[in-house]
Amino acid sequence: MTMTDTAPAIVPNFGDEDEVDRKLVIICSKGNLDMAYPGLVLANAALGEGIETHLFFTFWGLDMILKSRMNDLQFTPVGNTAMHMPVGDSRIPQFLTAFPGMQGMSTKMMKKQIADLGVPEVGDFLDQIVAAGGHLWACRMSVDMMKVGEGDMYDGVEAVINATDFMEISEGGQLLFI
Amino acid sequence: MTTTTIAGREVHVNDEGFLTEYDEWDETLAAELANNIGVEMTDEHWAVIRFLRDDFKTQGETATTRRVDTVGGFPVKKQFVLFPKKPAKKMAYIAGLPKPHGCV
Repeated sequence: MTMTDTAPAIVPNFGDEDEVDRKLVIICSKGNLDMAYPGLVLANAALGEGIETHLFFTFWGLDMILKSRMNDLQFTPVGNTAMHMPVGDSRIPQFLTAFPGMQGMSTKMMKKQIADLGVPEVGDFLDQIVAAGGHLWACRMSVDMMKVGEGDMYDGVEAVINATDFMEISEGGQLLFI
Repeated sequence: MTTTTIAGREVHVNDEGFLTEYDEWDETLAAELANNIGVEMTDEHWAVIRFLRDDFKTQGETATTRRVDTVGGFPVKKQFVLFPKKPAKKMAYIAGLPKPHGCV
């Protein structure tokens, strides 16, 4: 056993009294399974730290908030040179990555790896983010381009907003583009 | 290793003030810890803290807010009401456990 010091009672500082409130704005622009998670994980962590958090879904990121697609995002190994065999460091040859069935198999494997960590599917994850006080916004131009109706969207989405609205919402925030 | 006196008793803590010895914790101590960070303990608070203690015993790590929800049955929204702003850290602190290790 090491030496023991006696210290006055230490109370952790949870920053409750901090005057400057931190704000995080994450732009989710990708609809691939592997690119959906970074934004969700960081948003969830930010909320857990008491940080005001906004997620803005644009272009392919819109798939993350479409009820019919959100839990069926896919992962493809095509063009990803960091794809390795399940064991060891050897790479999967690129010509194999586009073979029929590779996307389905890779998606299934990644979903299992995510679930094994106790990390929820996209829909459940959004539920958790909304429950923790996170704000979800859909991009006006993307919604119009892709002819998405309000009823197609996840219920927790607060509104479809345009670029100017986004400027107002993101004022003073820290921005992350994914 | 650092010790400090909480609720009239010498306990081991880390440099942030979190307890480091599982067995040094009891509910008298927890009430004092909660008081330190301005949390007023109710039956609902105690239910969450007891879940965290039991879960740590079997899992060897502190439950995340996700786990407190899915396994413990305390919705995330409720956790934010009971332990405002930083529920995961506050719950761990009061339960005398390390901060959660997992991301989600």
